[in-house]
Amino acid sequence: MKLKTDAATMRFGGLTAVSALDLEIDSGEIVGLIGPNGAGKTTAFNMITGVYAPSEGKILFEGRDMTGRSPHSITEAGIARTFQNIRLFSTMSVLENVLVGCAVRERPNWFNSVLRTPGYRKRSKASHDFAMELLAETGLAELADEKATSLPYGKQRRLEIARALASRPSLLLLDEPAAGMNPQESIDLMNFIRRVRDRFDLTILLIEHHMQVVMGICARMYVLDYGVTIAHGTPDQIRRDPKVIEAYLGVE
Amino acid sequence: MKPRNTLLTALAIAIAALALWFADGTLGSFAMRILNLSAIYIVLSLSLNLVNGFTGLFSLGCAGFMAVGAYVSALLSMTADVKEMNFFLEPLTPFLQNLSLPFPLALVAGGACAAIAGLIIGLPVLRLRDDYLAIATLGFSEIIRVLITNFQSLTNGAQGLKNIPRKATTWTVWGVAAATVAFMALLTRSSYGRQLKAIRDDEIAAEAMGVNVFRVKVVSFTISSFIAGVGGALLGHMITTIDPKMFTFMLTFNILLIVVLGGSGSITGSVVASIAITILMEAMRFLDGPLNLVFLKTDGLPGLRMVVFSALLMAVVLFRQRGLMGDRELSWDGLAKAGLLPRNKKGGMA
Repeated sequence: MKLKTDAATMRFGGLTAVSALDLEIDSGEIVGLIGPNGAGKTTAFNMITGVYAPSEGKILFEGRDMTGRSPHSITEAGIARTFQNIRLFSTMSVLENVLVGCAVRERPNWFNSVLRTPGYRKRSKASHDFAMELLAETGLAELADEKATSLPYGKQRRLEIARALASRPSLLLLDEPAAGMNPQESIDLMNFIRRVRDRFDLTILLIEHHMQVVMGICARMYVLDYGVTIAHGTPDQIRRDPKVIEAYLGVE
Repeated sequence: MKPRNTLLTALAIAIAALALWFADGTLGSFAMRILNLSAIYIVLSLSLNLVNGFTGLFSLGCAGFMAVGAYVSALLSMTADVKEMNFFLEPLTPFLQNLSLPFPLALVAGGACAAIAGLIIGLPVLRLRDDYLAIATLGFSEIIRVLITNFQSLTNGAQGLKNIPRKATTWTVWGVAAATVAFMALLTRSSYGRQLKAIRDDEIAAEAMGVNVFRVKVVSFTISSFIAGVGGALLGHMITTIDPKMFTFMLTFNILLIVVLGGSGSITGSVVASIAITILMEAMRFLDGPLNLVFLKTDGLPGLRMVVFSALLMAVVLFRQRGLMGDRELSWDGLAKAGLLPRNKKGGMA
């Protein structure tokens, strides 16, 4: 089991954003997390990545308890994420953005960095090579020296994925990777996500509103509504589930 | 680095050293003091730039750390009889009374104590953000000043310290300034420096990318305190007297001004602004005296200098919001692109 959330619950004052979430994701799976706006999907991501400590319940990653650990130590453990509203480092180049992601494995300290010790040079060279490899993989290699925020929207999304991969995760969380993309771009993205999964031996959990994308690449999915898990199963099961239809379309 | 750039840098350093040597021999002691003061401002503005410009933390604690550096180094470098002269109200604690260290050691000790103060203050305060952090650091800086004013037997209180040995010579201050520039250039262009900038650009994303944001902030703040402490120590050993009133918020404000004008996040910007502002502050002193412009005569308006200075500032901030340099650096490649240097021929040298 790659990831398991055990009745993870998040309360903000009187509001229960996510209640008793039970995710179970196996290695190598691509799993979808869907639901109407405000259903608590991003909150679930924030619990898994340590931005919020769950009010109740547990987060288990590869059998280890991650509950309440800080985001950077969770990244170090092997979970990386992208953001719904793109969060690139705006003053940095495309390459530098990816290099920041490499730092969690490179573990630079300020003293060696300033002295440019042989060990530092070796590790930073390795990071640089890996970052270039990732950029090649994501089709951004020629743009390495461009300013990250000058990239077109679709490429910024890819760069966010490349940056997340730089931390060498085994579980990747994608928050609405297809947001704002047209149908053709969405299909490209689906292929890209599958390829990345195979190439880097990843498990992927993704939030998505584009039903075409989710149904296309996810073997299984969970549906949230008002923080409650109302359904989970294969795309076919979800499509026919009366509760899901009610949540999405409303019932007379 | 390209061979051309290495050569140009070496050449520039040599020319600067030669100019300094020439100035040291020909300029009067007053002019030299202004020049050396600008070197100290380079050190101080880089210290503040590390935290404010590169790490994106709005800190206003500079003067406090300078005070720690200045006092510690002065107490360590003064001889026993000078100390006895200073501490006539209450004798200095015996341990320090008989301790006298060579200046370089005192300088490093001043920086180290400032760094420790930075660490102690940083641990609780760096959990705050933006204006809250600014207020908290400002408060701590004032606390340091109040402590210095009241620890009579350790700091000589409000009387301050006089006759500190004049050890901060031209070569010392410019040497330290050059070392600080080199340190900052190496740090900010390293993997570690990239983490600082990542925190500045987007703290949430940096944390999610595995940057230990709090720890990196503490390291940056501590290093900055060390540099500020060294700057304070140099200042004390140049003007030879220090007292608590020197280290008020106004001092931090002056340094902040240099950083903002030069461009926060730009090392060369801080260097240029330090020299320009220090010299301008003195050069415009004539404005305070009697003026005789053909259409306007005054018998001296004290403070007119600051009015002109403020107007200058406003113009810069209005027309170049991000300071003179923004977060860019002056570089040989940049100059070549602007056509100020001959184009780089393959393998050739300009």
